[in-house]
Amino acid sequence: MDNFSTLIGGIAGDGINEAGLTVARLFSRLGYHIYMYYDYPSLIRGGHNFSLVRVSQGKIAAHTDQIDVLIALNQDTLEKHAGRLKESSFVIYDADKVKLDETKHRGCGLTITQILKEAGAPAIMKNTCIIGGYCKVVGLDWSVLQDVLKKHIPKMLELNMQVARRGYDQAAQFCHMGNHADSSNDKHAQKPQPVLTGNQAISLGLIKAGMGAYVAYPMTPSSSILDFMAKFGPQFGLKVIHPESEISVMLMAQGFAYAGVKAAVGTSGGGFCLMTEGLSLAGMAEMPVVVIMAQRTGPSTGLPTYTAQGDLHFVLNAGQGEFPRFIVAPGDAEEAYYWAGFAMNLAWKFQVPSFILTDKTVSESQYSFDIDLAADPSGDLKEETLMSHLLWDGLGEYKRYRYTETGISPLAFPPLHGQVIKADSYIHDENGITTEDPQIATQTSDKRQRKGQFMAEYLEGYETVKVLGDEKSKTGLLCWGSNKGVCEEAARKLGLRVIYVLVLSPFPEKRLKSALQGVERLFAVECNSTGQLARLAGFYGIKTQDRILKYDGRPFSVEYLLAQLGRVLA
Amino acid sequence: MNPKDLATATQVTWCPGCGNFSIMSSMRMVLAELNGEGIPLENIVLVSGIGCHAKIVDYMNVNSFYSIHGRTIPVASAIKIANPDLKVICFSGDGDSLAEGLDHLIFAAKRNIDITMILHDNRVYGLTTGQFTPTSPQGFKGKSTPSGAVEHPINPLDLMLVSGASYIARGYTHGIEQLQTLFKEAILHKGFSFVDVLQVCVSYNNLYDSYNKWTYTVQGNDASSFEEAQKIIRSWNYDRSDVPIPLGKFYQKEVERFDQSFEQYRPNLSERDSKMKILLENFI
Repeated sequence: MDNFSTLIGGIAGDGINEAGLTVARLFSRLGYHIYMYYDYPSLIRGGHNFSLVRVSQGKIAAHTDQIDVLIALNQDTLEKHAGRLKESSFVIYDADKVKLDETKHRGCGLTITQILKEAGAPAIMKNTCIIGGYCKVVGLDWSVLQDVLKKHIPKMLELNMQVARRGYDQAAQFCHMGNHADSSNDKHAQKPQPVLTGNQAISLGLIKAGMGAYVAYPMTPSSSILDFMAKFGPQFGLKVIHPESEISVMLMAQGFAYAGVKAAVGTSGGGFCLMTEGLSLAGMAEMPVVVIMAQRTGPSTGLPTYTAQGDLHFVLNAGQGEFPRFIVAPGDAEEAYYWAGFAMNLAWKFQVPSFILTDKTVSESQYSFDIDLAADPSGDLKEETLMSHLLWDGLGEYKRYRYTETGISPLAFPPLHGQVIKADSYIHDENGITTEDPQIATQTSDKRQRKGQFMAEYLEGYETVKVLGDEKSKTGLLCWGSNKGVCEEAARKLGLRVIYVLVLSPFPEKRLKSALQGVERLFAVECNSTGQLARLAGFYGIKTQDRILKYDGRPFSVEYLLAQLGRVLA
Repeated sequence: MNPKDLATATQVTWCPGCGNFSIMSSMRMVLAELNGEGIPLENIVLVSGIGCHAKIVDYMNVNSFYSIHGRTIPVASAIKIANPDLKVICFSGDGDSLAEGLDHLIFAAKRNIDITMILHDNRVYGLTTGQFTPTSPQGFKGKSTPSGAVEHPINPLDLMLVSGASYIARGYTHGIEQLQTLFKEAILHKGFSFVDVLQVCVSYNNLYDSYNKWTYTVQGNDASSFEEAQKIIRSWNYDRSDVPIPLGKFYQKEVERFDQSFEQYRPNLSERDSKMKILLENFI
């Protein structure tokens, strides 16, 4: 089966994210590629949560509306998602909670309450029980589930296995999902890959690039980076701090930078509002800092747990005054890993703020992650080799803001015997001492702009714009960030070209124009209400014929995008 | 080392008679002395906010980070955590740290992080030409409160004591020797040290006569006693100008520090890739 989707739904507190992840891991072990979208409202208990796990023989990074199997832990799940069921779909449900009209849908119910009661298991184990049943439904060997549970269930493993087995035995088989990991003749075969969220991939990319400190205040959908760093960071020697506010976060990052420690911060729109004062300081004082800006639906509190691409222009323009910045918007976990490390290296190479702009979709969705695909063969992420080029040669007097051809001043960190290192938020001379001299004011501004210019030239050597789908098509889809996967899939079906812009600042004008060669009709696909990339491209004379926009907090599904394309192409 | 060697060539632009001169010369003397005692000058980092006080970093030929208004503490905290060998000294104003950056100040005390805060407390906004601050008395007629401030002031020392600062003192810019003693003690203290300096602004809040009349140095107090420190600190609440104003060291205690908890974490590049591989196994 090329594409197979499973939706598991229940209330918050049922462990729906973890259950979805278990389904993802089962298929990952069979050699499938995974994409999982997790949908949850902003509450701790109750409401409706669902995980949508899609597996495929090729790489995927988008969900479909239609599903093959629905796992319903409550009636609400069945009612909310019945519309996704095809004639061939199958429902597995908690027979004590859910009534299924068998004249409409095929399915089987498990007597979960009874199973748990007989086993003396707590209510939270109902998802293990139903996943056990699910394995039977889709024809997976019991041993695959056993293997996954053994590895990922830290507590009460025996009891979990017992209720899963009861579920497995009680369920009926509906289909048989093949094993790609074992079949050596299968051209799609891949070894089981880790399943990571975009946020986890970003975390690893930053660690790879030599990050020494991570500072953040919790805010959805960036909080899981803080959690990941706090949990796994110490073994990498990472200093992880959760201070009093995002204002403090941004300033701490600069204290670290001043002392020679590579630091990153993470937040979403509201927290980033507080960081802008410090961001401007980083621009003036030339402090390298990596900012992960994970977008959610705004303005203000908006939809805290839902997605958006509404902050592109905010990030492009945040902070008073003019200073260069790097912005990259990765579209899946492998890009997130690679570009996070790249963003760190770039921040230090050019002494600028460097942004990893994600959204809830990229940050919190789960992807198959192949580090060999993500790793950069040219060794860009080896910070050891890079750092030495940035340091002062030790000759003569040290000047923190020495004027150079590229605008980049050599770095040094205290303690430095016989020298002083002065950073300054004011207009300052080469030594970092405040001045109001008009000539120096001009020179320092020119210095910052030179760095921006040099950074733009440096980036010309990288694939900052990608062409996907049918590269010869005269109809193009212009997209960025999380819409990469869905656009690529829709474009393949319709024979369209996708022009996917990865780096948004410095704007890759040359590469974008070359990617657009031969395109006669261009449609912007974005998760905002104004077409922010289309507007940005417009500054460079690039015109879009129409915009396909979605701003309800939910990502594009493949079917929805195809329907919208059908409308504009007609 | 001669304290004069710690000057930069930059022209000093404080008003004649400004209390900031005393703070700067005291600090230069202390840093020169510490240099002689084995704390090399390159291990000192000064961090300032924005306001008249902050210009001090331009005038001192010492490592510095001239930060933004209210934001000395987070910058200084990270520098200390990054490199525990550095001695990090913040200079801040009463508007700077008690208004715009009050949360950072409280958290520095709460964490008892090993940095020093010298508060240039002139009880007026000087650089913006004369508005009331969190330590101006009720009734203070400033440009933003022409009919007199309605609010009562904050007692920063009281706030620092209850927040967990482990060295608390007050000096006055007419007492350079005492300032030197307090600055040195504060820098050498292991933990968050806070020195409130009654710094006179000759242009917008000239309190020389009042301070000369009412300040006195506490003698024989038990600085290890929280209760005694609180009593001394609360004997003057910044509101009245007809009661004695205590100076000197009020409180000092050795307690656990935030920065200590990070000393064990140093990136180990040689093991990074193999550890990452093992970590990824957990996600299969």
